[in-house]
Amino acid sequence: MSRLLAFLGGQLAAFFIQVFQMFCYGVQCVTEMRHLYLYRHQIIEQCYAVGVSSLPLVCLISAFSGMAIAIQTAYQMEEYVPDYMVGALMVRSVILVLSPILLGLVLAGRVGAGVASELGTMKVSEQVDALASMAVDPVGYLMLPRMLAGAIMVPILVIYSFLVAILCGFAMSMIKMAITPTELVKGMKLYFEVYDVFVGLVKSVVYGGLLTFMGSYKGLCTAGGAQGVGRAATAAVVISSALVLILDYFLTHALLY
Amino acid sequence: MANETAIEFVEVFKSFEAQPVLKGLDLWVPQSEITTILGPSGCGKSVTLKHVIGIERADMGKVVVAGYDMERIRHSELIALRKRIGVLFQSSALFDSMTVKENVAFGLRMHTRMTEEEIAERVHVCLDAVRLAGTEARMPVELSGGMRKRAALARAIAMEPDFILYDEPTTGLDPNTSSVVGDYILKLQSELNVTSVVVTHDMPLARRVSDRVALLYEGKAVVQGAMEDVEASGNEIFELFVQGRLG
Repeated sequence: MSRLLAFLGGQLAAFFIQVFQMFCYGVQCVTEMRHLYLYRHQIIEQCYAVGVSSLPLVCLISAFSGMAIAIQTAYQMEEYVPDYMVGALMVRSVILVLSPILLGLVLAGRVGAGVASELGTMKVSEQVDALASMAVDPVGYLMLPRMLAGAIMVPILVIYSFLVAILCGFAMSMIKMAITPTELVKGMKLYFEVYDVFVGLVKSVVYGGLLTFMGSYKGLCTAGGAQGVGRAATAAVVISSALVLILDYFLTHALLY
Repeated sequence: MANETAIEFVEVFKSFEAQPVLKGLDLWVPQSEITTILGPSGCGKSVTLKHVIGIERADMGKVVVAGYDMERIRHSELIALRKRIGVLFQSSALFDSMTVKENVAFGLRMHTRMTEEEIAERVHVCLDAVRLAGTEARMPVELSGGMRKRAALARAIAMEPDFILYDEPTTGLDPNTSSVVGDYILKLQSELNVTSVVVTHDMPLARRVSDRVALLYEGKAVVQGAMEDVEASGNEIFELFVQGRLG
């Protein structure tokens, strides 16, 4: 029993130490913002890595998820609501939930794991120490540009995802369910609210910053060679994905009610 | 007369997760000389170097570098101090996403207002000093182990430092390349008149380049002084280390 308590106490202490460390990294990121000009090239580079490089994947998953949601909405609602409601329901689902969460989860895998393994490799091969020894703050040089790139590019990707998912959903509705474009647009116009887009974008800013922060944090705390890099990447994906889903509840609650 | 003190460790203790590494280390590094820190693997040599650049902080005791107490040093002073220190890491630690030129130019781009032409000129001088001129466009992965060490050395001297720290400069190199690295340590010392600290367990290198040596064992400097004095001291632990029988 005492061993179990000691184990649980140790785990709890380790958890709070990690939370405190994350807080310190966060504070350091904020203080490093005053040197933003110095890191401009890294920010542009990371915007490209997070945003432009993710476009094909985002396009693919948005197209298929848009088509799936169109079929599902029509299947669930066709007997109870007029055709134009399919367009309205589909658009709101895509904007409020589907695109932000789906992209949050997919990019946690693609970007979060990539950042954690890249920085983890730099850590175990002493490149992070080399940066520090050259009077360059590793948090400012490595973490801040990635976080900013996440917070800037993920919302842009989400807007792109809105468009692709809605267009493909409309196309599917017209081809498979024979709903006319006029009906779809009518439904969309009736129930579309700009505030929904704002909610979707706020979520995506938070998820973008979060998954790049978590990837950077896990990468910079890597220890133990190749195995440690693998562990860091896995932890970054798992924690980011879980936090995206948990935060989605709180953000939805806070922004919609 | 001995030179002024450049780096000093006074009763320094350091542990990692309750595992003590330094257990009251006293060490003295004079200015403009080459001091070699010897010792078996895992005795805390690299940790000692990390205290000099402020990457590690002592749990107890005092580390003084260029007059700065590393426990009380302000952030701006630490940044200024690090600009005066060049480090050659054990694994070379070249940034693998950058070319050789970008690696050597990194500090100059981050900390100086030099133009691209001036940076290119300085990079060329540094690479020429380690006989790597012409490799500017190559990526670190395209270089051999010895070339990577030399490129890292070029990066370490690019900012014209007052201190150069060498962490296991010959580890993983063949005897010929090790000898070449030793030549560069002596060459840079004579040309730049810097304070050098070499961490190694390579006795031939230590004999060749050192003005002073210190032997670290079980977290302490068991013997230190001029190379010939230490060799003549008959210190039992030093003798065992030289014979390769120190566990």
